Amino acid sequence: MSAVKTISQYPTEYEKFSDALPGQLVSWLRLLRQDAAQHFSAHGFPSLREEEWRYTNVSAIEKKLFSPVATSEIGAVDMDSLKQHLIADAWSVVLVDGHYSASLSNLDGIPESVTVMNMASAVEQRADLLEKYFSQVVDSKEHGFVAFNTAWFSDGLFIHVPAKQVLAKPIQILHIVTQAGFMANTRDIIVLEESAEAKVIETYVGCDDAYCSAAVMEIALEQNADLTLYKLQMEGEKAYHFGGTYVKQARDSRFTHHNFAFGGLLARNDTHTDLGHASACDLNGLYLGVKRQHIDNHTRINHLQPHAISHELYKGVLNQRAKGVFQGRVLVAEQAQKTDSMMNNRNLLLSDDAEADTKPQLEIYADDVKCAHGVTVGQLDEQSVFYLQSRCVDKQTARNMLTFAFANEMVGKIKLPELHDRVLAQLLQRFPQAGIQQDWL
Amino acid sequence: MLSIENLHVSVGDKPILKGLNLQINAGEVHAIMGPNGAGKSTLSHVLSGKSGYTVTAGTVIYQGKDLLDLEPDERAREGVFLAFQYPVEVPGVSNIYLMKAALNAIRKHKGLPEVDAMDFLTLVKDKVKLLEMDEKFLYRSVNEGFSGGEKKRNEILQAAILEPSLCILDETDSGLDIDALKVVAAGVNSLRADDRAFLMITHYQRMLDYIKPDIVHVLANGKIVKSGGPELALELEAKGYHWVEEQAA
Repeated sequence: MSAVKTISQYPTEYEKFSDALPGQLVSWLRLLRQDAAQHFSAHGFPSLREEEWRYTNVSAIEKKLFSPVATSEIGAVDMDSLKQHLIADAWSVVLVDGHYSASLSNLDGIPESVTVMNMASAVEQRADLLEKYFSQVVDSKEHGFVAFNTAWFSDGLFIHVPAKQVLAKPIQILHIVTQAGFMANTRDIIVLEESAEAKVIETYVGCDDAYCSAAVMEIALEQNADLTLYKLQMEGEKAYHFGGTYVKQARDSRFTHHNFAFGGLLARNDTHTDLGHASACDLNGLYLGVKRQHIDNHTRINHLQPHAISHELYKGVLNQRAKGVFQGRVLVAEQAQKTDSMMNNRNLLLSDDAEADTKPQLEIYADDVKCAHGVTVGQLDEQSVFYLQSRCVDKQTARNMLTFAFANEMVGKIKLPELHDRVLAQLLQRFPQAGIQQDWL
Repeated sequence: MLSIENLHVSVGDKPILKGLNLQINAGEVHAIMGPNGAGKSTLSHVLSGKSGYTVTAGTVIYQGKDLLDLEPDERAREGVFLAFQYPVEVPGVSNIYLMKAALNAIRKHKGLPEVDAMDFLTLVKDKVKLLEMDEKFLYRSVNEGFSGGEKKRNEILQAAILEPSLCILDETDSGLDIDALKVVAAGVNSLRADDRAFLMITHYQRMLDYIKPDIVHVLANGKIVKSGGPELALELEAKGYHWVEEQAA
């Protein structure tokens, strides 16, 4: 007589709060949540046995049993402490411990036709519209984190931009976790209707103690829509982070992603996009790991229709005992002729104990395509160090210049000046030997 | 200015330089010629401090200092300049920035104030004209995407700005067409001065038609086997290196 093995202790803990979850009166959502909860109960968080998780062990999240945050337990945050993270020239939405804060958010002057509403309200007030998109871009059974998120998300953001509307300013979503031991579990949906354009910034920050943030974002880009999404993952150094960005691109749409993963003890990001006819995606990533950080980036680009273009460049700088993982998969379906795809992953190891695991995967079923991929894992080029030394630059500064130049290529792609300067400051702060001469900037 | 005595250098276990002697005085232009594999580039690398070489015997005294004791950047600040045979691309570091940083490091070392940004720009633009370069190269990353000829011009541009005491040109002429060679040579000639010495390493006599050396040396099998005036270069051009190597043997 063997006992039934409990795969995860999370469902019991989280079901206690399920009555308080938003959207429980909306039948399609209730069913979706139940289905996802069942799936999670049966499978738990992803394990190393799953191919797409083989380099990233998330068992610590299971062991730590991060609690859900009831609305009565939301931490107090004052505006002054948020200023350092907020872009001045942007509309802002702040989520504290996974719950929307109206008083900290600022949407003044946003066009009335544009919906920017917290998810807890949207699932009730815009349920019909949401049903078209919810769990449509990513299957709730994609893996344990998506199932978990679907079953028990507490809040998030819904952005809907109507056809031809071009947003004059970016929308910044600031996620902050204020308390140790908690999990912020949020769900965002962004919909850009035909020829709409928007820029969205996601920022993740939190306290110095262990917590977890799990955020799933679904993005639907209709014909000829254009989204630039910046993700600044700057979690606290003991934090666990899971972020999933799932995109569906209709004909001629464009998606540009700038994914900066600087924080967290264990961080995983998924970026998946399905490319329609002649659509384009540009995926840029930079991960910086120090100490014992583990940063995993997983991307999947599905060329489903002809003439689409995908460009991807992920760079990693790993120091001390940090580990970086890159798994990049490009699929070109049989009918996706004239696909133009380029994927690159470059890793710079600054210490003997740092590690990079990189795994590009190309699956091509069409015969008239242009696909290229490349990966490198290396140390600083000693020839370059010597060249700079021969031009009077001391060795340590030469190494710093080259490391900085390597990473700065990705920061240089940021087109919003204020954001650029913020990320640059973050980069320099986390830069090895940040104290020494940096006048080459 | 530079005094090399009985220099022995190995790479791993393999001896490359085997007792090289060379005396260079201020104002002189020396050319070192020799067949491939003779140790010409090893000499330039050892003088500029590149790692990977072991000095097993001998001394190198530069302006009264033990040159081999100094780090590559210290040598550069002391006025030793190496124009690379294969200039290195440094993505993300702008050409003009590197030149300004280098010049200021040298000035600081000499106890001079940093150069004013406007004065520096005037100076650089002046030298850019001398080397018939496009100003846009100043703002590009160091050597990134430059053609072979542009890279070599860029090396001489740096020399013109840094005004070194000892300028080592490592096969600066290789891979240049005749027009580019003339421009580079004019740049070098404009730098000739009583307080500056040149060590030109070359495989081809052609360069010496445009930069007239005072003394020509033949380096073979790790040693200088023959020295003479500019006429020696012509003799080598006509007869090849074989006869010198035989004479030395």
